[in-house]
Amino acid sequence: MRRIDKSFPGVHALKNVSMKLHRGEVLGLVGENGAGKSTLIKVLGGAHLPDAGKILIEGRPVHIPSPTAAQQAGVSIIYQEFNLIPDLNVRENIFLGREKTRMGFVRAAEEHRKTLQLFRKIGINIDANARCSELTVAQRQTVEIAKALSVDAKIIVMDEPTATLTTRETERLFAIIRDLKSQGLGIVYISHRLDEVFEVAERVMVLRDGEHVGTRDIAEITRAELIEMMVGRLIESEFPKCAAGLGRERLRVENLCRGKAVRNVSFSIRAGEVLGFAGLVGAGRTETMRLVFGADKPDKGRLFVDGRKTDIRSPGDAMRNRICLLTEDRKGQGLVLIHSCRENFGLPNLDRFTRGMFLDQRTERKEFSDFVESLKIKTSGHEQLAMNLSGGNQQKVVLAKWLARNADIMIFDEPTRGIDVGTKYEIYLLMNRLAAEGKAIIMISSELPEILGMSDRIIIMHEGRIKGEITDVANTSQEDILSMAMA
Amino acid sequence: MTRKLLSDYGMVLVLIVLCVLFSVLTLKEQTPEDSAAVARLIEQINSEFKKSDIILAVGAVNKDSAPFAEKLGEELGKKGFGNTQVVVGTPRDLRLALDDIGAKGGRLAAIATSGNVTKWPMIELIGEKYPEFSGCKVLVPESYIWPDFLKRSNLLAIVDRIVVIAVIAIGMTMVIITAGIDLSVGSLIALSAVISTLLMKKMGGLQASGWIVLVGFLAGILSCGIVGGLGGFLVARFKVAPFITTLGVMMMARGLAFMITGGFSIYQVPKALPWLGQGRSLGIPNTVVLLVVLYAAAHIFMAHTRLGRYIYAVGGNKEAARLSGVPVKSVIVFVYVISSLAAGLGGCIQTSQLNTGAPNIGVMYELYVIAAVVVGGTSLSGGSGRILGTLIGAFIISVIQNGMNLLGIESYTQQVVLGAVILGAVLLDKARSGGGLPGFLRKKV
Repeated sequence: MRRIDKSFPGVHALKNVSMKLHRGEVLGLVGENGAGKSTLIKVLGGAHLPDAGKILIEGRPVHIPSPTAAQQAGVSIIYQEFNLIPDLNVRENIFLGREKTRMGFVRAAEEHRKTLQLFRKIGINIDANARCSELTVAQRQTVEIAKALSVDAKIIVMDEPTATLTTRETERLFAIIRDLKSQGLGIVYISHRLDEVFEVAERVMVLRDGEHVGTRDIAEITRAELIEMMVGRLIESEFPKCAAGLGRERLRVENLCRGKAVRNVSFSIRAGEVLGFAGLVGAGRTETMRLVFGADKPDKGRLFVDGRKTDIRSPGDAMRNRICLLTEDRKGQGLVLIHSCRENFGLPNLDRFTRGMFLDQRTERKEFSDFVESLKIKTSGHEQLAMNLSGGNQQKVVLAKWLARNADIMIFDEPTRGIDVGTKYEIYLLMNRLAAEGKAIIMISSELPEILGMSDRIIIMHEGRIKGEITDVANTSQEDILSMAMA
Repeated sequence: MTRKLLSDYGMVLVLIVLCVLFSVLTLKEQTPEDSAAVARLIEQINSEFKKSDIILAVGAVNKDSAPFAEKLGEELGKKGFGNTQVVVGTPRDLRLALDDIGAKGGRLAAIATSGNVTKWPMIELIGEKYPEFSGCKVLVPESYIWPDFLKRSNLLAIVDRIVVIAVIAIGMTMVIITAGIDLSVGSLIALSAVISTLLMKKMGGLQASGWIVLVGFLAGILSCGIVGGLGGFLVARFKVAPFITTLGVMMMARGLAFMITGGFSIYQVPKALPWLGQGRSLGIPNTVVLLVVLYAAAHIFMAHTRLGRYIYAVGGNKEAARLSGVPVKSVIVFVYVISSLAAGLGGCIQTSQLNTGAPNIGVMYELYVIAAVVVGGTSLSGGSGRILGTLIGAFIISVIQNGMNLLGIESYTQQVVLGAVILGAVLLDKARSGGGLPGFLRKKV
């Protein structure tokens, strides 16, 4: 790709970016949210047309006006959000839009054979007749890869492929990637997890604010240097933890149960404390917090807020008891994507922004402006739609809307998932500040370094139960937690 | 600012274009028939004729021409033209009047008339058929060019035609913004109509006072609200698809309306009934006042209150709204209740316009209401839409119907055109929000 330039209304997303990918190579593509990674990839995949610039594949200039054209040119893109249709089976999904037919009828047997062939090629074992809704996230990921390969791709782009995978599944994915590499494919690997980039990529390309900052051999760059390239400034420590003094008990949960997801969970948290919840995906951490927040109804269990027994039947009840929950699913549960940032910010706070019968939109605007400034939210204005923000800025809008409620018990569910290094750092500093103000913070995270780096105390869950608790965080290793979480 | 207005209410342009189009197409020579025209004509007669001259004021039997002739005759009498005669009727009536004058040996000095009467062959042939009246002058108020479409009476007819749909569309807009749909409104019109008129009949019928009408209306509206509340509860509590829920309510409400009256219409209604749909306050038709008040209130409600914002949030992302403390179920029940209350009110207006409580009114209205909402720019997938857009959508539909009537297009063709215009309007709206027409046409699906 040579000198690609692309603008959207109000944003210059790509400024003269060039990218070179060799045969049989993995190129890491990193940058903060909004740096232009996705836009670059969408240009390559035919989802956007560049304003200027050329794309050459094997030395020949190609024109890619649509996703179909991209496939024909040998480019396959696996987007962050999966594009599998849940109600179709694996085989149907792989051949969707390119069904093998004879006289209009689908030749299922032929497709089935080809599917198995593909699966053998990348060494996976999934039932080709299973419905995609029945597959695990990791299996879906491999189906996406198989689908990408089924079009005879020369170039495969993976956008945050490991965001929802467990450690073991990630290893499996890397093995597949290395295999594809040895078969001569070029792979562009986008990830916020720098460890993975160091593990799997030969070279790494850095974008910042739509500009190409540089491309380096992975062997010649340190992690700190890479972060500096991405952020444009030096960050001393990834986890700026400073412990706040602990106060009295804020929340106590006793014997919380809901079906098989949450079994007899009890814990308590004090003011000024950051309590980390570790565990595998599906261990019941999110489900527990949804019960605390009143999003689901518990079968059993008691809740004490500031020592008083409290009934919480709805999120509204929880909010009145000064509890808030930042969900892990920003787009699905955190934001109304088709509404403006300001309206999203206002939504849980409208009780405060009401004067008499009517909304006081001036106060709403003013408060939001303050948060835009203090959280450094990058928007084109208050009325920009939430869906047009980058992931990190979306998360900041979610943060703003809950910070404005000034809750005492804040539950963060995967607060830094899919977020760039710079914003992560800002969120950690914010958590420190909130703890210092005497708030109780519960943090669910699947990233062990984050759990270890930011928590005062760690609870590990496994299959709906509390498996263990670690108070001496400083002398705990990732392996210690993993062994408790897996067994 | 203009740009924001255009993007919020782009359909205004379509409405304006339609109005201009129909104005041009219905341009016609108009002869004025108002009191100013009468006064001018009298001045002319006063200066040209003697008080003893025989003058005929002629009018056809319609609501403009007849009052004109009568008023003219009355005013001439006051001025002292003692031999003035008023003829309101058909050409035959005019001939009889002329014969009568001829038989008495009178000499006709002038015929004063207006509008279509001037085109009667009788008037042109007067010199041939009645040689004794050959000196008779035909006096007509000065004519001017003006579109039929923009005549005051026609503009009011447009409002009358759309008021029921526009009122119900307020509630429908809210329902659709929550990503729902309400198919029951057409039947609720009928239910409200029969319940309110039945009550009026039982409480005094023809002799009942205006208060009884009010009580009847309230009863009709509230019963619709209850029915709608039950439907909303099913949607909110048991997550039954709104389409199916309201389809069921639609059938039940229609059946109930027929059951209540035994299939007949109710005619024994109070004299005060037509006030709402046909009356005027301070010279402005009540329907216009009602539309302005309701739309202003609904607009303020949606844009400037907490509940209004909640309605948008529920439609935009139900789960995110719930996790932000929005009482989602109550909001859903609320919009269905509002929609049904609006349908009930629509039924009252319709009843008042027809002066009858009929169980078969409002058939298919739900579809016109939905069309008005969608043409007005509200998305069926929920979360976005504007109340004032709906008003414009309703007027677009009404203007098209009215314009085609004026042009004498037959009703089957009208349906085809109306359907096509609805599709065109919606596509245009998509194009506008999708970055202009050229981009829209190039876009790959």
